[in-house]
Amino acid sequence: MSFLDPVKGFGVTFATMFKPVVTEDYPKHPDQPAPRYHGRHQLNRHPDGLEKCVGCELCAWACPADAIFVEGADNTDEARFSPGERYGKNYQINYLRCIGCGLCIEACPTRSLTMTNEYELADDDRQRLIYTKDMLLAPLLPGMEQPPHPMRLGDEHDYYARGPELLRQARQAGPLAAEPVATKDTPSPTGAPS
Amino acid sequence: MTQVAVSPGASAPHEAGDPPVPAGHVRLTIDGVTVIAPKGELVIRTAERIGIAIPRFCDHPLLEPVGACRQCLVEVEMGGRPMPKPQAACTQTVADGMVVHSQLSSPVAEKAQRSNLEFLLLNHPLDCPICDKGGECPLQNQVLANGSATSRMRDPKRVFTKPIAVSSEILLDRERCVLCQRCTRFSDQIAGDKFIDLLERGSAQQIGINSAEPFQSYYSGNTIQICPVGALTSTAYRFRARPFDLVSTETVCEHCASGCAMRTDHRAGEVTRRLARIDPEVNEEWNCDKGRFAFPYVREGDRITRPMVRDADGALVPTSWTDAMSVAAGGLLAARDSGGVGVLTGGRLTVTDAYAYAKFARLALRTNDIDFRARQLSAEEAAFLAARVAGGTPESTGVSYAALEKASAVLLVALEPEEESPILFLRLRKASRRGVPVYSLGALATRSLAKMSGTLIGAVPGGEPFVLTALASDALAGAGVPDAESRNKLGALLRTQGAIVLVGERAAEVPGLLTAVDRLAERTGAALAWVPRRAGERGALDAGALGVVLPGGRPVSDPAARAEVERAWGASLPETPGRDTAGILAAVGIAEPDDVASPDRGPAGFADDHADEPARGLAGLLIGGVEISDLPDPAVALAAVASAGFVVSLEIRASAFTELADVVFPVAAAVEKSGAYVNWEGRIRPFAAALPQAGTLDEARILDTLGVEMDVDLYTQTPAAAAADMARLGVWTGARADTAVDHDEQPATHRRHAETIGLSPVINTERAAAGDGSAAGFVLASWRMNLDGGRGLDGEPHLAGTARPDVARLSAADAAVLGVRNGDLVAVRGPASSITLPVAITEMLDGVVWIPARIDGIGTPGRLGANVADRVQVVAAGDTGAAAGKGR
Repeated sequence: MSFLDPVKGFGVTFATMFKPVVTEDYPKHPDQPAPRYHGRHQLNRHPDGLEKCVGCELCAWACPADAIFVEGADNTDEARFSPGERYGKNYQINYLRCIGCGLCIEACPTRSLTMTNEYELADDDRQRLIYTKDMLLAPLLPGMEQPPHPMRLGDEHDYYARGPELLRQARQAGPLAAEPVATKDTPSPTGAPS
Repeated sequence: MTQVAVSPGASAPHEAGDPPVPAGHVRLTIDGVTVIAPKGELVIRTAERIGIAIPRFCDHPLLEPVGACRQCLVEVEMGGRPMPKPQAACTQTVADGMVVHSQLSSPVAEKAQRSNLEFLLLNHPLDCPICDKGGECPLQNQVLANGSATSRMRDPKRVFTKPIAVSSEILLDRERCVLCQRCTRFSDQIAGDKFIDLLERGSAQQIGINSAEPFQSYYSGNTIQICPVGALTSTAYRFRARPFDLVSTETVCEHCASGCAMRTDHRAGEVTRRLARIDPEVNEEWNCDKGRFAFPYVREGDRITRPMVRDADGALVPTSWTDAMSVAAGGLLAARDSGGVGVLTGGRLTVTDAYAYAKFARLALRTNDIDFRARQLSAEEAAFLAARVAGGTPESTGVSYAALEKASAVLLVALEPEEESPILFLRLRKASRRGVPVYSLGALATRSLAKMSGTLIGAVPGGEPFVLTALASDALAGAGVPDAESRNKLGALLRTQGAIVLVGERAAEVPGLLTAVDRLAERTGAALAWVPRRAGERGALDAGALGVVLPGGRPVSDPAARAEVERAWGASLPETPGRDTAGILAAVGIAEPDDVASPDRGPAGFADDHADEPARGLAGLLIGGVEISDLPDPAVALAAVASAGFVVSLEIRASAFTELADVVFPVAAAVEKSGAYVNWEGRIRPFAAALPQAGTLDEARILDTLGVEMDVDLYTQTPAAAAADMARLGVWTGARADTAVDHDEQPATHRRHAETIGLSPVINTERAAAGDGSAAGFVLASWRMNLDGGRGLDGEPHLAGTARPDVARLSAADAAVLGVRNGDLVAVRGPASSITLPVAITEMLDGVVWIPARIDGIGTPGRLGANVADRVQVVAAGDTGAAAGKGR
């Protein structure tokens, strides 16, 4: 015991004022997590807007927490959501169960399912933490068209083998059916930037 | 493999200590294990028995070996000399001294199998993620276990258009096919519907159909189940689920009396598919498409979900169970005391539900007026069932699926097995392929009879009893009698050990037929079995849901039998034998005779037979699961129910009776409850609830609670309790009532009938052949088709698409007289109305016309106003263009 003990603590406080700050100014200035952070999932799209998800349920199969529910359905000539025969009709991820392990994105055979860096997955309502397909689908980028629509980039094989290249070619030839002119009168889908 | 002590010098070539080889067996070595196998056994099976799994795709134990896929290659040495190339274990039979090296002990076999797997994958698309077989695919499993992780294939794969619909229910993806030919072999060898076959050659070889003939088989669903890849899939299950999503329950099919073991798979509270479960005693590994695909009916929008009672304004309003129970109990008690209550249960109940109805009728309603038959029926049938059928088991009757395969002959009476009991047909076909002669008594040589290589014993509808009486007599048929040779042969065969007579429920349509069948069985010693169509009829009979019989086949009229039941139930039973469905409806209708039993309804309804019933009107009805269009005359039945004072209805889905009922209880569908059916053999087929959480109650539970409201304890709260209560009663061992109860009345009916159909069937046939048959009208033959738009098929349009087209069948001679060809339209005219159908010229008796017993969901007899064996007119109906190609 020393007579300086009562003020020693102030010393620590004083010294800390000259060190870098380790706390974050959340939520005013949220920090960017690491690029490979396992955040909220996203269901990606082909360059023309068709969904990459084929409803194969391999993600649900891989999930160790049983957080994913998928139901497939048949693409028809009238209503096509993805290239090929099958698409994911119903897609839900339960973020109360998800442990963010990323096995699902490893299992995905079409690179449809990836993870974003969004980590704000808290709520006070269970129902709102079950994310449905419309919440998980990637936003429509310019040049994309809201499915259902026919395959714009060739046949099924072309989508997987040469998707981006075909899109470039199609753009050079002229505006796609889904370029901004065509999408003006259709309302913007959930999650899409307006 | 029996290990027995070695007698000295028993087997010289083998080292001492080896057991002797029994006669008809050989000794061989597989992977160093010495094994004794029966001669002719395939190496792949012998290996299986000693626990050595040889991979295979085309091999199936119930199909003949073909050696198509080449996956089961093993190295074989004979007499110390290795065969030059690896051999297919699925076609190689065992031989004495053979030495087999499977992939486990032979690098050659291992390499051959690995290379073959690579070969099968050359053109197989790697689309497992979207393939319905993914996760339960033998090829996928095999490749994951033994295949190479990378592919050496650099060239583009062979592509086909995918998928193509070979029928409305079956989709074929030719890219995935490994040409194992299980589907074509099944269709050819088991079902006999060779609509699907190999086409083309070389790398273009593929499975296909004749474009003019879709895969229209009642058994097509089995090809999906045995396909070792995802080449055959169903429209119904397409992209619905993955194996790991599914919860499987062992169930039994509710669609017919075959009693197939099934596996019901469900996901998220909905049944997604049903498969055939392996039961060698009953359905082996097969089932029919109706059993496989007809399950969505429970999800239809007209499902009743809440109890309903009629309010003051006469409208049905949903209410609580408690309220509905007290209203129902009050109404039934009042009705019981003012005329009585009749009980109609329909033929689709589980045995415990039927038992609850039977007990409820006797104890709570104090009546024997209960009948499970919602179809054409007769008092003769009730007596026959009580005397010969009730309580029988495969052991006691000697008739079972297995017995059919060993029978000396099988005679089918009023039974078209493919339409009325599809799995019975498969077993009969298997028996016939093993040399069992099949005979069918009837007017038509149907396609299924041809598939069983069967012989038709011609009998004009209504004339069957005469033919059976002739068969029962020891006198041989003379040369003038049609089919004399076949008849004499059959007569001799029936008198041999192991002969079996199968009689269908349609026998009730012909007066005297069941009596004649019974006499025939008695005289010849042939075993006899009754084959109803519906899954619940046999169980309801055993449970006593019939006016003349108590549970266990006890005759109501026998005081000793009654006393037994009274002791078990602790209550006194009504003594008067009950009325049948017709009698119950007629007794209700007595209140308003003008509306109901009007004479002009004569031939169509059954009311006329009971018009002279004592005038004691029933005041109430308890109706469970009766489908109005199953009744011979729906209009009469509706009027009768409408005139009843108090009606309680227990239904899965809203029916015609729902609107007429005072209290409606929702009941559990077959998938939502456990219980048991009794199949036509008398075998108890217990099943578990696939969806026990559905929140529905079975009839036994509802009736038990209703009984409590009426101050009666049924002890049928659960299926287990009801089954135990029923088991305590056991089967009646005392004397059974005589079959033909109406000894005095029967001959009169006979006579009346002989007049309507002509003097005798023989003369009738001759008259028809002479050309005046058409002038006098045609005798109507008719039965229900397997897929004919019944309510059990609702919600599955793809299955309905495989139904056979409705046709009118005529003999070639009659068609010539009428001037019609295949596909031309003819009008079949009865007293009430006429039905126009395309003609299908069939090998059948002249003077007979056959039409389906149900067309567009409407029963034919009621619509025509004519029953089977009645006279109808057939005329050519003009323009043929519309019907071209419809008939086959």
